[in-house]
Amino acid sequence: KENFDSIPDLEFNPIRGKIVHAFFDKRNLRQESDGLADEINFEDFLTIMSYFRPIEMNMDEEQLDRFRKEKLKFLFHMYDSDHDGKITLQEYRNVVEELLSGNPHLEKESARSIADGAMMEAASICVGQMGPDQVYEGITFEDFLKMWQGIDIETKMHVRFLNVDTIAHCY
Amino acid sequence: SVSSIVPESCLLIVVGLLVGGLIKGVGEKPPILKSDIFFLFLLPPIILDAGYFLPLRPFTENLGTILIFAVVGTLWNAFFLGGLMYAVCQLGGPGLNHIGLLANLLFGSIISAVDPVAVLAVFEEIHINELLHILVFGESLLNDAVTVVLYHLFEEFASFEQVTILDIILGFLSFFVVSLGGVLVGVIYGLIAAFTSRFTSHIRVIEPLFVFLYSYMAYLSAELFHLSGIMALIAAGVVMRPYVEANISHKSHTTIKYFLKMWSSVSETLIFIFLGVSTVAGHHYWNWTFVISTLFFCLIARVLGVLVLTWFINKFRIVKLTPKDQFIIAYGGLRGAIAFSLGYLLDYEHFSMRDMFLTAIITVIFFTVFVQGMTIRPLVDLLAVKKKQETKRSINEEIHTQFLDHLLTGIEDICGHYGHHHWKDKLNRFNKKYVKKCLIAGERSKEPQLIAFYHKMEMKQAIELVESGGIGKIPSAVSTVSIQNINPQTLPLERVLPALSKDKEEEIRKILRTNLQKTRQRLRSYNRHTLVADPYEEAWNQMLLRRQKARQLEQKMNNYLTVPAHKVDSPTMSRARIGSDPLAYEPKEDSENLPIITIDPASPQSPESVDLMSEEPKGCSGLPPSPEEDEEGLVMRVKEPSSPGTDDVFTPGGSDSPSNQRMLRCLSDPGPRPEPEEGEPFIPKGQ
Repeated sequence: KENFDSIPDLEFNPIRGKIVHAFFDKRNLRQESDGLADEINFEDFLTIMSYFRPIEMNMDEEQLDRFRKEKLKFLFHMYDSDHDGKITLQEYRNVVEELLSGNPHLEKESARSIADGAMMEAASICVGQMGPDQVYEGITFEDFLKMWQGIDIETKMHVRFLNVDTIAHCY
Repeated sequence: SVSSIVPESCLLIVVGLLVGGLIKGVGEKPPILKSDIFFLFLLPPIILDAGYFLPLRPFTENLGTILIFAVVGTLWNAFFLGGLMYAVCQLGGPGLNHIGLLANLLFGSIISAVDPVAVLAVFEEIHINELLHILVFGESLLNDAVTVVLYHLFEEFASFEQVTILDIILGFLSFFVVSLGGVLVGVIYGLIAAFTSRFTSHIRVIEPLFVFLYSYMAYLSAELFHLSGIMALIAAGVVMRPYVEANISHKSHTTIKYFLKMWSSVSETLIFIFLGVSTVAGHHYWNWTFVISTLFFCLIARVLGVLVLTWFINKFRIVKLTPKDQFIIAYGGLRGAIAFSLGYLLDYEHFSMRDMFLTAIITVIFFTVFVQGMTIRPLVDLLAVKKKQETKRSINEEIHTQFLDHLLTGIEDICGHYGHHHWKDKLNRFNKKYVKKCLIAGERSKEPQLIAFYHKMEMKQAIELVESGGIGKIPSAVSTVSIQNINPQTLPLERVLPALSKDKEEEIRKILRTNLQKTRQRLRSYNRHTLVADPYEEAWNQMLLRRQKARQLEQKMNNYLTVPAHKVDSPTMSRARIGSDPLAYEPKEDSENLPIITIDPASPQSPESVDLMSEEPKGCSGLPPSPEEDEEGLVMRVKEPSSPGTDDVFTPGGSDSPSNQRMLRCLSDPGPRPEPEEGEPFIPKGQ
């Protein structure tokens, strides 16, 4: 993992912790177990990279849908750090804080309010009416799918590998 | 109805025809769309409106495609058409033989450009998806550079005896000068405008003026040097927008938006009407061969161009353009008033066939606007082209988009691949570090984008809340999600909310006040250059101070954060309602010493609320709001001021801070100063 930390460009990235983590997350590596792997080999690296494949012209609806789900699942795992299958409020707050962590002038409370607002919006999209004593546990994967419905993830989440000047950093 | 079949632009042209016919019938000479009026006064507002509100993200993502369509596509159209028309002219008999190659090429370059005005007018009504819209529209904007170069080039050459290779090469180079020069001019003026807006905090009234002025100057400066004025205007609008919007007040922003929309609407209408009038008024020379072949070849050129270019572009695009998309792009290549004006500019001595050219141009314009404009909507429906999705930007979407951006940048960094995201990220960082500091005033410069977005959304919702009016109008699909639902074990938190800056609170207050009953305002001084002085300013400032102190206390907060559908009325509104009907107010007062105004977001709950009210212990010490009560919404306790004329609406106390904070949350005006002597209707009797 230390090799990842030594990549200079990643320093500016506010969510680098999560990105690096995602590479080692066993759920992304399609292994049955849970938790974090210690090292990954090239094959695992490629497995992760495969999430960022662009779509091809001749895919049919079902393949497209599967593609979408895979990419969204990858994202979902990044949000859901404790691997319990739900994005809880605390995890969401954590995400927002990391996103805003590039900025030292920020109050923590602002990040929290934003996360709370977003969470409430998510709840209202997914569940609609809720009585005062119902508790919304967290965003499950289905809810996550609902939230992303408006955005075409398959067209956005890809990296172009036109001429990949490869992996000089990651030995 | 007529308007769903016939696009507005067609109707306007017909009106123009009628008006022209009328004027001619009366015997007067109808006014013709003179080119300088068109280029100097009618065109800039439309372009500025387009550039200022250009959706930057899809534009930059598709910039390569747009540029190829604009540059290569227009060049192809011009040469193809010019060449073919030359052939037609040679074969076309005695009437046409004398038209030289250059003249034909010039004609080709005039007629080949897709017109932004026409595209806007038609595409606006059909609501196709963002990608197609930005492709066609972007192309129509950027092809101006090509058109300008070709036009001037051929016009010059027409007066030369000989055209050498050197001239052609110079012409080619001038294209880069024109386009890049235009963009540079626009960027410079945009930066100056942004810089100016940094210092306008004391003269808010003229802030919109700077935007318009600098943009227009950019246009004029570019046109002066024969650079592309349209590109300058677009560049200026795009560059200045993020900084200016961060600096100017909310009202100025609204002003700019509405002025631009108004001017561009007026311009568009005038252009089309004039087009109709000019058709009637102009001298025409109808030559069947010329006109028909022009029309025919225009269409063919466009279709061929789009097909070939798309085949080429799809090799590089991740999201390919389907044949349906290609059809729409080809079909959306409308010609408009720019072509007419350019044709009008031709002088008679070099171009004796000017009238014939004009006739042909007008025919093509009419054909594209009427036939293509009218049929594009049913075709879009027929082909089931994806339409624009009317989704509101939610905070979730923003978070996710930013997350995705960072993620993709990170992945690119890991691969060592300097891709699209990498450069975008670098630009953003550069922007944040250096540029924003210079161009944005005060503390806003350090505000990260997410926060800015959140604030914008909050403001919008606050305005919506106020404008939606009274209490009873709750839509049935209210989302009753509250903080309780997502975080049940919230301990008494110190709810320090994202502090809205004072300016914003000021603005929000002003907005709220304009929706309430106006009272007699005491103006301290009248000065045409200042906005109306605020008699409530001091009260508000003190309120803020005390509120900040009150925030220190720990309370169990149950906030209704910005849940969109939840219409919570501002306490002032309810007070206004109650205050204006004193009879309604009386019974409540009898029940307890503490007049409590409970605002009921949802009527089914009102019986409960009454019970709660009667259960409230009396006394001024107040109590922390009970959990069930919090569910009801905003409960505001109005205390008897210990002495009349306290300039604070609330005596600060423990129990007030949650309501204070909640009110702050709901962005409510705490109310004007209680000045009983003025007899203001919305001060409750209790005070």
